[in-house]
Amino acid sequence: MAVRAEAAVADRAPAEETVRRRATVARRLLRHRLFVVGALLFACVLTVALFADLLIAVDPNRISIRNKFKPPGSEWLLGTDNFGRSLWSRVAKGAQLSLAIGFGVVLLNAFFGTLIGLLAGYFRVLDDILMRIMDAFMAFPVILLAIGIAAALGPGSVNAVIALAVVYTPRTARIVRASVLVVREQAYVEAARAMGAGHARILFRHVLPNCLAPLIVQLTFIFAYAVLSEAVLSFLGLGAEPPTPSWGNMIAEGRQYIREAPWITLVPGFALAITVLGLNLLGDGLRDVLDPRLKVQQ
Amino acid sequence: MTAPLVEVEGLEKRFELRRAAGLRRVRRELQAVAGVSFAIARGETLGLVGESGCGKSTTGRLLLRLLAPSSGVIRFDGREIQHLSERELRPLRRRMGIVFQDPWSALDPRMTIEEIVTEPLVVHGVGDRASRRRRAAALLERVGLARIHADRYPHEFSGGQRQRIGIARALALEPEFLVCDEPVSALDVSIRAQILNLLLDLQRELGLCCLFISHDLGVVRYVSDRVAVMYLGKIVEIAPTARLYGRPLHPYTQALLSAVPIPRPGRRPRILLEGDPPSPLAPPPGCRFHTRCPRAFAPCAHIEPELVEVAPGHRVACHLHTPARATGGAA
Repeated sequence: MAVRAEAAVADRAPAEETVRRRATVARRLLRHRLFVVGALLFACVLTVALFADLLIAVDPNRISIRNKFKPPGSEWLLGTDNFGRSLWSRVAKGAQLSLAIGFGVVLLNAFFGTLIGLLAGYFRVLDDILMRIMDAFMAFPVILLAIGIAAALGPGSVNAVIALAVVYTPRTARIVRASVLVVREQAYVEAARAMGAGHARILFRHVLPNCLAPLIVQLTFIFAYAVLSEAVLSFLGLGAEPPTPSWGNMIAEGRQYIREAPWITLVPGFALAITVLGLNLLGDGLRDVLDPRLKVQQ
Repeated sequence: MTAPLVEVEGLEKRFELRRAAGLRRVRRELQAVAGVSFAIARGETLGLVGESGCGKSTTGRLLLRLLAPSSGVIRFDGREIQHLSERELRPLRRRMGIVFQDPWSALDPRMTIEEIVTEPLVVHGVGDRASRRRRAAALLERVGLARIHADRYPHEFSGGQRQRIGIARALALEPEFLVCDEPVSALDVSIRAQILNLLLDLQRELGLCCLFISHDLGVVRYVSDRVAVMYLGKIVEIAPTARLYGRPLHPYTQALLSAVPIPRPGRRPRILLEGDPPSPLAPPPGCRFHTRCPRAFAPCAHIEPELVEVAPGHRVACHLHTPARATGGAA
């Protein structure tokens, strides 16, 4: 059949210029200027946090009254605070803490948010119950709820992580659920059912991988919020307990001297701003590339 | 004819539609399939045609038990399967397959072609990794794709190629029964013939029993041994292909056939149906087709015609072909 052979040739995909999905994603991210800026900013903070112990010469908690209120300069890189402690050492150790808490929140949040979102979106009988509970959490202002939970649990970094994970989980659950609702109606899910695949296989092999893009984007933003909120909690004395340096309690301690020694608050403030800005740019870039539907028309 | 592989009797499917109206919830029922009976023999292809929304696809999904019927009997290889649980259905799923209409959503975009094609084998624990890999290559070759395509992702393929991949997946477990749900209607006309020929070849080669769902009468004629015409959830006529196309009896079938483009127009009158099919939420009483039927007469609006055999293998549900007598009880 001549027609058949001819059409078969036309039907072949261009074999040579096969481009792998992952390669394209990486390339498009690198071409996204703001993503690169965000990645560099975040990489700086991450490097400082990872190698904090190698990068600091002075113990962050060593008090030296003689050296108090030294401004940033050649002797003290970022200056000293009211106890003469090195702000560079403290802000670097603070980065360690902030990012650790951010990661902790993201991990817990990813786990529970994904679990709840998958269950609510896939098993429709659970949807009403689970999502009404999530709505109840979302009815509170985030930071107020976090303060409430952290206050109930008592101060400490671990409790801050728990409090923040709880308050951000409903958002992640909603995003995952929304994606699941779309993906579950795709024919490939029905195909999996038709071949006899169980719920677990369908959920984790088909539904979850196809919901990953918006989830990753969301988690990047959650990371930024978590770092910021942790600073708020420790500013209020609910996060890491002094003298453990955290950006929040450093700002709180420097507050009284803001006129005479503004660098005490500005240094952790900048660190916070750079981290959050970096993560937000990172998130924007990931969103534009992985999940273009969410992009606002420019 | 041998014993049928797939058989349904009085199959019904009602969907409950819930809509919030203020604070109350309004419940309405949509009857997608309203008492359908037919049988398909081993190695036979039954075509199922009808307008969109007439319940063709729902019927296909009921046969595969992707949906649970509201009532009626579904028999697969002599065994009633209408109330089996998912667990009990699992071994039977090996023996059934489905090819979807939309080749773009039928393949998981996150899986390679090999993963897609071998997934049924993995699900049923058939073979080891190496043997599955060989099987994937053989399947791809059988549907006209090359072995080197196995490691690529669906987005790298055209619609026709994707449909070939979907067919390869459906055949991975060597099923006896295949539901083809509009397998070519989403494809370019130039690709359709290839896919149809592929399906025909495979049917003959593997002795597949097939339910071929389509709204395209030309396509159905090409692949089917027998054809059933559905209207608003009911079968109005069912007959061997040559007979249905040669001597259609039901006015609906006649109207459908007159709408098929033919090489020499003007040779036969077109029967134009007016209006849209009535809503399946409120099907008309009597014959469901009487609101649009050009030949409706007295009993049509009150008495529902039954599907009666008018010639060997040819059954039709129309008062024109059932002498007024026996229908009294069917109202």
